Amino acid sequence: MPDATGLELLAGDLRDRLPEAVRDTTHFRGKGAIEIAPGTIREVLAFVRDRGFRFLASVHGLDYYPEEPRLGVQYELLDMERLDRLTVKLRVSTEDPRVPSVVGEWPTADHQEREVYDMFGVVFEGHPDLRRILMPEDYEGFPQRRDFPIGGESILFTHDMVKGTDYTQ
Amino acid sequence: MAQIVKREPVGPPSDFRVKQLQARDMLRGDLEGKDLEEYVESRIITTTLDKAVSWARGNAMFPATFGLACCAIEMMSIVAARVDVARFGFEAFRASPRQADLLILSGRVSIKMAPVVRRIYDQMLEPKWAIAMGACSSSTGVFNNYALVPADKFMPVDVHVPGCPPRPEALMHGILKLRSMIHQDPSMGWRTRYGAEQTVELLPEDAERFEGESAVNVFVHGETPGA
Repeated sequence: MPDATGLELLAGDLRDRLPEAVRDTTHFRGKGAIEIAPGTIREVLAFVRDRGFRFLASVHGLDYYPEEPRLGVQYELLDMERLDRLTVKLRVSTEDPRVPSVVGEWPTADHQEREVYDMFGVVFEGHPDLRRILMPEDYEGFPQRRDFPIGGESILFTHDMVKGTDYTQ
Repeated sequence: MAQIVKREPVGPPSDFRVKQLQARDMLRGDLEGKDLEEYVESRIITTTLDKAVSWARGNAMFPATFGLACCAIEMMSIVAARVDVARFGFEAFRASPRQADLLILSGRVSIKMAPVVRRIYDQMLEPKWAIAMGACSSSTGVFNNYALVPADKFMPVDVHVPGCPPRPEALMHGILKLRSMIHQDPSMGWRTRYGAEQTVELLPEDAERFEGESAVNVFVHGETPGA
């Protein structure tokens, strides 16, 4: 992890390069994170790659409901020489959930961006093949959003049984 | 001319050696009259053809080689040495649904997998049976969420085996339950009640031929089921 100072130095360099990109930095439980503007993700990842973070370990989605903007995408990066990790975060709204795709520079993001699209509905612009990856292709809705109904079968467990209902008669 | 030797009984009439000696006598033509009738009656069972067929079907089901999730591990172990379902005749897991009689839904079925499972079931030839193994395929179990579907919603299931996962003994108990159901008359309605009969996979050009079937699965050419 970059320590708090190292994280600020990195963010400062990033601000010099891309003045609009950095929105916030957080250092929580020994883990540094930079929150950026959604449109600048490709430039930011190119910048941190030059600083040693050459391995994109994971791309994942979040739903911060009821905060706005609701949806989040996180990119976990790893510097394998200095054993250093960095999180790049961005937030988009459900009305306009568009993020530039990083598949061109990071081929590993292909399936992971498809999964974030499948589960949260974040549209990655420039992705070569943005389809659902886990759910059926005719599935409606994005099941990991927190306002999505839980669904499933209603099951009457023993401890919920109330005498006189249809189930227990 | 051989001398007929009357043998002395060597034990009670149920003794195995007595029966053996009687069989030898009969083959030589030495048993006659009342003795011969008794001998034949004690060895022949009369039954109906339906019962004989049900008996044969129930005692040699071929499960399809088809595992879905963690329950499949338990399903594999029923054919291994400890439980050894081969004692009852169910050990021949067939790699093609056309050769299989029994579909064991061993695990969770997602809504993306359900059309595939249904198609495999429809491809199996009558008579065929299905066992929903474990909590997931019966009620979606602990994965009770947007992704799963219980087996009863898309195919007829004859026996539900509860458990998470069921022990191999439990699955074997379910198979033996199914066996005893088959040994009793299968035409008594326990399969028609949930539309388990006559479900076949058809080509579109054959669709008219099977107009009256209860649950027919027709795919249009070029259409991928489940896509």
